[in-house]
Amino acid sequence: MSDGAEMRATPGWVALWPALMLAIFFLVPFGIMLAVSVSHRDPAGAFIPGFELTHYARFLSAFFAKVMAVSVGVSVAAAAICVVLAFPFTVFLASMSHRTQTVALVVLLSVLSLSEVIIGFSLSTLLSKTAGISNLFYWLGLISEPQAYTPSLFALVTGLCYIGFPFAVLVLYPPVSRLDPEIVEAARVMGASASRAFFGVVVPNLRGAIVGAFILVFVFTLGSYLLPQLLGRSEDWTLSVHITDQAIYQTNLPFAAAMSIFLMLVALALVGLASLAGRQRRAA
Amino acid sequence: MTQLLKRAYVVAILLMLLAPLVVVTGVSLNGPQTLRFPPVEPSLRWYGTLFQDSAWLVPLGHSLLIAACASALSVSIALPLALFAWERNGIAARVLTGLGLAPFTLPPVISALGFMVFWMTVGGYGQIWATIIAHAVFLVTLPLVTISLGLKGIDRSLLEAARVMGAGRWTVMRTVIGPLVLPFIVSGYAFAFVLSLNEYIIAYMVAGFTVETIPIKIFNALRYGYTPILGVVSVLFVLLAALVFGLIGRFGDLPRLMGSERGRSE
Repeated sequence: MSDGAEMRATPGWVALWPALMLAIFFLVPFGIMLAVSVSHRDPAGAFIPGFELTHYARFLSAFFAKVMAVSVGVSVAAAAICVVLAFPFTVFLASMSHRTQTVALVVLLSVLSLSEVIIGFSLSTLLSKTAGISNLFYWLGLISEPQAYTPSLFALVTGLCYIGFPFAVLVLYPPVSRLDPEIVEAARVMGASASRAFFGVVVPNLRGAIVGAFILVFVFTLGSYLLPQLLGRSEDWTLSVHITDQAIYQTNLPFAAAMSIFLMLVALALVGLASLAGRQRRAA
Repeated sequence: MTQLLKRAYVVAILLMLLAPLVVVTGVSLNGPQTLRFPPVEPSLRWYGTLFQDSAWLVPLGHSLLIAACASALSVSIALPLALFAWERNGIAARVLTGLGLAPFTLPPVISALGFMVFWMTVGGYGQIWATIIAHAVFLVTLPLVTISLGLKGIDRSLLEAARVMGAGRWTVMRTVIGPLVLPFIVSGYAFAFVLSLNEYIIAYMVAGFTVETIPIKIFNALRYGYTPILGVVSVLFVLLAALVFGLIGRFGDLPRLMGSERGRSE
């Protein structure tokens, strides 16, 4: 097929508007943020232009090390739980009827799109003493009296799993549904048990997709901002919470910007890694 | 037997996802100002209160206005971008697509802080239109993905045929491409709309103190104690999301939109 410009359905200038919008409202803000991150702190709330690396130097502090440990720890835990639960879920779902898949996707998308504040409120109600699940345990005789499970690290990880699970399914869904069902059938015909076929054929074929999903869910939960405040204790606050806290309440915009740049580099590196992991499998 | 176990697993997980929403629905039905489950003296009283209380109606108006405008702006950016990248493979197409995918892939707090310092620098901090533009750029990924998917499904020979028959660029766009991608434009708009409605951190950091949206209002209200009205708002937002995605599922092909290549026929 010829690639002549006159054969294209759209002229090149259609890209002008999106290019302009994304440059002004996405690239320029990053440029400003970069400049702010090396500027001087103005305790009145803004920043004084300049060049200093003091805000980046604070990454070496014990405070920052602890924040990073908490952020990475809870997100890794949540991402691992999500992928372990979501992978079989997605494989099973993809083999079901179109109608069942649609219903399940509606539920997943509705949960995924819900505001974190609503999810945080719902889960803290579910884990609370007066309306929560402990009343059910009490009624069943499992515990001696109803109790609150929030705020706690457990509640926070539960919340992150709640938002991460639909995301994990949706990331896994395209590669899983593209997997040829015949290769599983072939394994079964050759005498493999259902679980053997699952772990011996399905899992290895989708290794790249699983690794990719794990990383993307990790980045996704790393971005959670409200759940650590609603479900966790203040020592469970993650990097996202501290960035906002520094920017708005501690009036240390440069430090917030420096942390933001750091988070962005980490996220970009990880997303790049995830797409690499996904591609490797497809090429093989 | 194994089919039954698989089904049970899928259903069990979906029920777990629905559990907090069931509890919240129950809580919203409490008669007195208390959060009990099961509800005491069930009534719809708080549903009525919501629609008379300007403390909630004003943020609701803000949220709807921002979501409606931001998603429209989002589509206006995503559509030409998707069309451009569809037929081109050069560096410009790749960079632009990357830029379109980036905002939504990164942790949102990064974009939020970026927008905050941007609006503080150029003016507009605390204005509702600043939130609208910020949301539009942040959510551009969603219509970009759905529209690109729609374009990918177009059979090139249709375009060829139209051209051979003498149709100009504009006619091809209007009579062939337009109708074929329209459902994907609509679902892209719907996705962006629901996400904008529920977005907290960007709205908060761009104009949180002056333009209260529903998520910001809920978070502020949580600090002053929990009331059933929070449950009411949550129920309405869940229903709205379910309605939008349910409609897409009913009239569109949701599995395909989510990346399954096995079509509806199977």
